[in-house]
Amino acid sequence: MEEMEKKEVIRLENIRRNFQVGDETVHALRGISFTIREGEFVTIMGTSGSGKSTLLNTLGCLDTPTSGEYYLDGVSVRTMDKNQRATLRNRKIGFVFQNYNLLPKTTAIENVELPLMYNPQCKAAERRQRAIAALEAVGLGDRLMHKSNQMSGGQMQRVAIARALVNNPAVILADEATGNLDTRTSFEVLVLFQQLHAEGRTIIFVTHNPEIAQYSSRNITLRDGHITGDTPNEHILNAAEALARLPRQEDY
Amino acid sequence: MNFANLFKIAVKALSNNKLRGFLTMLGIIIGVASVITMLAIGQGSKRSIQAEISEMGSNMIMIHPGGDRRGGVQLSADDMESLKLEDLEDIQTKTRYVTYVSPSVNSAGQAVNGANNTPTTVYGVNLDYLEIRRYRVDDGDTFTEQDIKTAAKVCLVGKTVVDELFPDGENPVGRVIRFGTIPFRIVGVLESKGYNSMGMDQDDLIIAPYTTVQKRILAITHLQEIICSALTEAYTDQAIDEISEILRENHRLKPSDEDDFSIRSQQEMASMLTSTTDMMTVLLAAVAGISLLVGGIGIMNIMYVSVTERTREIGLRMSIGAKGIDTLAQFLIESILISVTGGLIGVIVGVGAAIAVNLLAAFPIYIQPWSVFLSFAVCTLTGVFFGWYPAQKAAMLDPIEAIRYE
Ligand SMILES: Nc1ncnc2c1ncn2[C@@H]1O[C@H](COP(=O)(O)OP(=O)(O)O)[C@@H](O)[C@H]1O
Ligand SMILES: [Mg+2]
Repeated sequence: MEEMEKKEVIRLENIRRNFQVGDETVHALRGISFTIREGEFVTIMGTSGSGKSTLLNTLGCLDTPTSGEYYLDGVSVRTMDKNQRATLRNRKIGFVFQNYNLLPKTTAIENVELPLMYNPQCKAAERRQRAIAALEAVGLGDRLMHKSNQMSGGQMQRVAIARALVNNPAVILADEATGNLDTRTSFEVLVLFQQLHAEGRTIIFVTHNPEIAQYSSRNITLRDGHITGDTPNEHILNAAEALARLPRQEDY
Repeated sequence: MNFANLFKIAVKALSNNKLRGFLTMLGIIIGVASVITMLAIGQGSKRSIQAEISEMGSNMIMIHPGGDRRGGVQLSADDMESLKLEDLEDIQTKTRYVTYVSPSVNSAGQAVNGANNTPTTVYGVNLDYLEIRRYRVDDGDTFTEQDIKTAAKVCLVGKTVVDELFPDGENPVGRVIRFGTIPFRIVGVLESKGYNSMGMDQDDLIIAPYTTVQKRILAITHLQEIICSALTEAYTDQAIDEISEILRENHRLKPSDEDDFSIRSQQEMASMLTSTTDMMTVLLAAVAGISLLVGGIGIMNIMYVSVTERTREIGLRMSIGAKGIDTLAQFLIESILISVTGGLIGVIVGVGAAIAVNLLAAFPIYIQPWSVFLSFAVCTLTGVFFGWYPAQKAAMLDPIEAIRYE
C-alpha cells in the first residue's frame, strides 16, 4: 500500500517495436505495459532474443517505439526529437553497460565527470565535486586518479556506476552489468546496487541470470516481446551476506 | 558541450596517439613550409631583380637603330645608321615626357697605363647619361659641355678599370691613360655600382664625351643608341609615343613603312625579366599547394580511422547526452587542431628554411606577410574541409549500434 504513494518514474503503455528486416517484420516488443515507481529495483529477465535490449533501449530514450506511450518522470518521450532525447538522457538516465565503456587512458574522475560535461549548467568546480562524491559512493574515493587501464573489471564497473550516478538520474539502467565479471566481483557489484536501492534509487537491471533476480525487489519476465511475469519479490536476499559466504579466493 | 571542453577532448585524443598525430601533421607541415619557402624564394629573386633593374637607371628608354629584329630580315647598313644627331636634338627640345637624353656610341678595346692594361669599353655620351644611368662621380669631376664641343680627350673611369690600371692605389685623377692609341686624361672616378642582374660588371667602363668617341675612335657621325629618361615611370608609354612620332617624321617614313628604329624601356625589361620568376613562383607554389592537398587527404584518412576506432566512445558519449552537433564539433575540432598545429609548425619551419636558404646559399628571399597568412588560412580550411566528412559520419552514428560496436 505504501508503494502506491510513491512517484511514478516510468510508465509504459502498450509499447510495440517492429524492425523491418527485408520483407519481414520482426516484432521485438508486442505491447508492453508497466509502471515503475521511485525506489524500485527491478530485474528484467528473459532468454536471448526475448526483447530485453530493445526494451532497455526504449527506456533509455535511445530508441523510439513503433507505437505506444512512454512517460519518463511524467514527460511523454514519444514526441521528442533526437536532441531533446539526448538532453533527457543526460539529465534523467544513468547507463551501466556490460563492457563498462570507460574512456581509455582516462582517469576515473574524468570518466565520471563526462555526463556533466554535456550539461552546460554544471560548472567545472561543481562537476569535480559531484564526481568525487559519486566515486566515494561506490567506494573508489581513494582511486580518483587511476586510469581505466590500471583498474580491475570490478573497479571499472564501479567507475561506470559512479558515472551513472553523477547526474542524479531518475533511473539507473543496467544491461547485464555483471555479465563480464567473475562470481565474487559480481556479488560485490550487486552489493553496491542493493546499497543504492537502499538509498532510494530506482534501478532497472537487465539480466539473463535468474539468480540475480533474488536480490531485487521486483522481477519482470519477457518472452517473445511479451511480458510473461511481473512479480514483486517478497524475500529479497542480501548480497552482502551471500558475498561473505562465498569461498575465499586465492590471493595472488 | 562548450568549446573549452571540446578543445580539451581533442587535445587528449591527440596526445593519446602522439606519433600518429605527428605523422598526420607532417603532411601539413611540409605543405605549409614549402609554400612559404617557395614564395619567399620566388618573391626574393623577383625583388632583387627589380631592385637591380631600377639601379641600372631611372625610367630608362633605349632607342636603337633598325626596326624590330623579327622574322630574320637582314638589315642594311643604312638602317643601322638611322639615328642622327638631329634626332637627339629633337627629342631634347620637342618632347614633354622625356627629361634626360643622351647619345651613346661605344667601342671595345684595350685601356693601357704604363705596364698595366685591361680590356674594357669606352662609352661616348653626354652629361645626361650620368643622370639616366645613375652614375655618380666619386673622385674628381665630370667632363664639361665645353669638352663635348671640343671633343676633348678626357674621361671618367669605373672602379674595375681603376683597379686594373692603378693596382698600387695611386690617385688616378689627372693621370693620362691610353685607349687604343688615343690618350685620355682622367677627370673623375665613378662610384661603384657592382654587377647587374644579368651578371654584367657595371664598373668595367670608361665614359668620354660622345664627340671624342665619334671622331677620334670610331670616325662616324651617326649615333649607335639614344638613351633617355621618362618623366616618371608612369609616363614611359607617352614618352615612347612622342619619341616614335619624332623619329618617324625625321626619317620621313610613310604610314605604311615599318619603323627603322626600335624602342625598349626599362619597365619592359623589368617585366620581361620578372615574368620568368613570376612563372617560377607560381609553379613552385602550385607544387607546394599540391603537397598541402595531400596533407589534407592524410588528415581525412586518419580522421576516418579515428572515428571508426572510437565508435564505442561515440556511442557512449551519445548515450550520456552528446548531441549530433557535439560529436560533429568534437571531431571537427580535432582535425582543425591537427591542421592548425601543423600549420603553425609549418610556418616556423618554412620561415626558418627561407632564412637558412638566404644565409647559407646567399639567395635573396622575401617573406610576404600575406603568403604566411594565406597558407595558414588554407591550412585551417583544409582541416575543416577534410575533417567535415569523417566528423559528419561520427555524428550520424546510431548510438545503439555504436555502443555495441566491437
Ligand atoms: N536493429 C534491429 N534490427 C532487426 N531486428 C532486431 C534489431 N534489434 C533487435 N532485433 C530483433 O528483435 C528481437 C529482440 O532482440 P533483443 O532486444 O536484442 O533481445 P535480447 O536483448 O533479449 O536478446 C530479436 O529477434 C532481434 O533479432
Ligand atoms: Mg540483449
